[in-house]
Amino acid sequence: MAAVSIRTARIAVVGNPNSGKTTLFNSLTGSNQKVANYPGVTVERVSAPLKLGDRTAEVIDIPGVYSLDPQSEDERVATEAILGLGSEPLPDVYLVVLNAASLERNLFLFSQLAETRRPMVVALTMGDLLAPQGLELQVAKLANLLGVEVVPVIGHRSKGLVMLKEALERQLQNPKPADHEFGRPIAVETKVASLRERFARFGWDTSAQEIREALQSEGAPLDRKVEEVAELAEALTVARRELAQLSETRSEVADRYQWAEMVTAACLTPTGQPPRDLTAKLDRVLTHRVFGLGIFIAIMYGVFLAIYQLAEPLMALIEQGFAWLGETVGARLEGNPMLQSAVVDGVIAGVGGVIVFLPQILILFALIAILEGSGYLARAAFLMDRLLGWCGLNGRAFIPLLSSYACAIPGIMAARVMPDARSRLATILVAPLMSCSARLPVYLLLIGAFIAPKYGPWWAGFALFAMHLLGFLVAIPVVLILNRGFLKGKRLPFLLELPPYQWPKPRDLFLAVWFRGLVFLKTAGTIIFAMSILIWGLSYFPRSEAADARYRAEIQSPDEQAIEHHIEQRRLEDSFLGRSGRLIAPVFEPAGFDWRITTAILAAFPAREVVVPSLGIMFSVGGDQDESSPDIRRALSQATWPDGRPLMTPWTAVGLMVFFALCAQCMATLATVKRETNSWKWAGFMFAYMTLLAYLGAVLVNQLGRFLGGS
Amino acid sequence: MLTSSAVKFGDLKKGTRARVVSIQETEELKRLMEMGLTVDTEFQVMKVAPFGDTIEIKLRGYSLCLRKGEAEGVIVEILE
Repeated sequence: MAAVSIRTARIAVVGNPNSGKTTLFNSLTGSNQKVANYPGVTVERVSAPLKLGDRTAEVIDIPGVYSLDPQSEDERVATEAILGLGSEPLPDVYLVVLNAASLERNLFLFSQLAETRRPMVVALTMGDLLAPQGLELQVAKLANLLGVEVVPVIGHRSKGLVMLKEALERQLQNPKPADHEFGRPIAVETKVASLRERFARFGWDTSAQEIREALQSEGAPLDRKVEEVAELAEALTVARRELAQLSETRSEVADRYQWAEMVTAACLTPTGQPPRDLTAKLDRVLTHRVFGLGIFIAIMYGVFLAIYQLAEPLMALIEQGFAWLGETVGARLEGNPMLQSAVVDGVIAGVGGVIVFLPQILILFALIAILEGSGYLARAAFLMDRLLGWCGLNGRAFIPLLSSYACAIPGIMAARVMPDARSRLATILVAPLMSCSARLPVYLLLIGAFIAPKYGPWWAGFALFAMHLLGFLVAIPVVLILNRGFLKGKRLPFLLELPPYQWPKPRDLFLAVWFRGLVFLKTAGTIIFAMSILIWGLSYFPRSEAADARYRAEIQSPDEQAIEHHIEQRRLEDSFLGRSGRLIAPVFEPAGFDWRITTAILAAFPAREVVVPSLGIMFSVGGDQDESSPDIRRALSQATWPDGRPLMTPWTAVGLMVFFALCAQCMATLATVKRETNSWKWAGFMFAYMTLLAYLGAVLVNQLGRFLGGS
Repeated sequence: MLTSSAVKFGDLKKGTRARVVSIQETEELKRLMEMGLTVDTEFQVMKVAPFGDTIEIKLRGYSLCLRKGEAEGVIVEILE
């Protein structure tokens, strides 16, 4: 025999969503998984090496599908990977995961897979859920009916895993292709049997497979053979015609299910114990119209609070850590101001700006993994479906949207829960409209300076609330318009399985969180980092000692700090960024923003919260300002246009808040969108439409203010 | 016969047991059939989501949620 295993054997793990496929994959392969993308699409390809005896195979976790007849982009990629139609060759062995608790439906996919006539091993999961339902499964009988090896595996217990590995090894060494024709089980197989009998009467030993092929298409080898015997040729033609008539009234799908019913009825038998259906009991409360909604709101509030509160001290710690690092490293580079600024304000601030998002991402994904693994996420989507459904999304969109109120980055990454590419993209595109925590400093600064002192705490509170509501209200028409005109691809009907409740598996939880974090750092992180350096360069150059001396000469003051602030302001003003600010300032004039505000907006492109220190620099009170510093509040309210009119009215302040509520001034978000949609196109589209909305919003507010004479 | 009358999927109420009489073979309903809702399949309506339309049915030993409005091509008969 020629050597077979020059290349690594490939094992594809195939199964329905909720079949325990990923849990099984995780317990087989552990943490040395490789996450990549299938070429050209956003579907993730997760694979890992697996040692089987003295050889190593590659195990691929194919995304869960219900059928090999794909309807969405994700399903198409999965199907192509299964059938070897895409960028990769046909897998050598299928590891088919069947969920014992919903065996009948799982067998539908199996019936399609078996027709590929490829070697396969069945892993039977969730067998432990049968006993509470008062059922038990005859594994040997199932294996017999399916014609392949069936290995029960429960969670991570090693006994099943060892047997599974042995079965896989056997299939690799000595492949025994599954051989069944499941498609039209009863009708076809009866015809096959009766034809075979008639052929036998003529002394012909014909294989069942030969007859099946002949029934499927005319011109099969058997046709030529039967030409000699008119009676047999006639029988074959009649059988074909009858089957064709049958297929008009009965669908192929129904035939497969008929077979699945038969197998399930034969293998699943009642234990005689009364069923204890915990899931039904829990659902009586958890999906209840009133209590269910109440509990949902409480849980979501908990999630939101966790992202907001739990992450905050960690983020503060990271920020402090990087500030300390900046100072320490900065002190060593005192002799070279340009290198010092490049390292401290560019590199260290850039890396810090990436890492600071990790706590939120990790916490959110841990919570999602818990909600998903327990089965609650599906219930929540069921409860929320109507609310989100009427604007063209569906119940699953609530997690990405709600998380985006803390931070759009984990929110956008969470849009993976959406079932089809189109609604996923719609969710991604509006997620950053939700008012994230980075907008808060901007709101607090402007409300503190312009609303609270003049109109009191009531209006201040209302303004803060309105700003948080604005993005959501704007998102509704945006989704409607996107769905009408921009987004292509089918919107699939909403179909959602409610799996039985289960304890989430710690291993799955850990791996989900670990890989999400890794993916963010690797892909979004590198882009964010590069952009940080770029923006730093634009706000630093050109710089010269001669210019600094000139700035110093412009101001006479006994206060050394005031001189420093003036120099700082003039440096930014004359930088490439500041010049751009002056250049495009006329565009922002209808919104009531002057060149100083415009430059601060440009400087805040990497991250909108940077606008606060940037305003500090531009209004000559220094860059170490935060939203509660009295200096910057005073500087802003005292600032004037060249003709002496006050620059900022309450209306302009609201306009500026509206601008920051709607704009896409967050590089990390754009980088994440690029990563999640696999193209700059959608990131660019998002930036363009949000900036336009933000601009129009700010202009509208300012003009309205003028019209009402509020200024 | 246990049956009473053929009704549209959208007319189902919570707790009703029903059987599929016919299902249009459209692109949209194909997946519903692949999920097990084929002709002659019996199922029970378990829950109606808040604000209506989305319902949970139990069929073939598992729970499936779908929208009434998206299953209009499914004709069922109610089982007493």
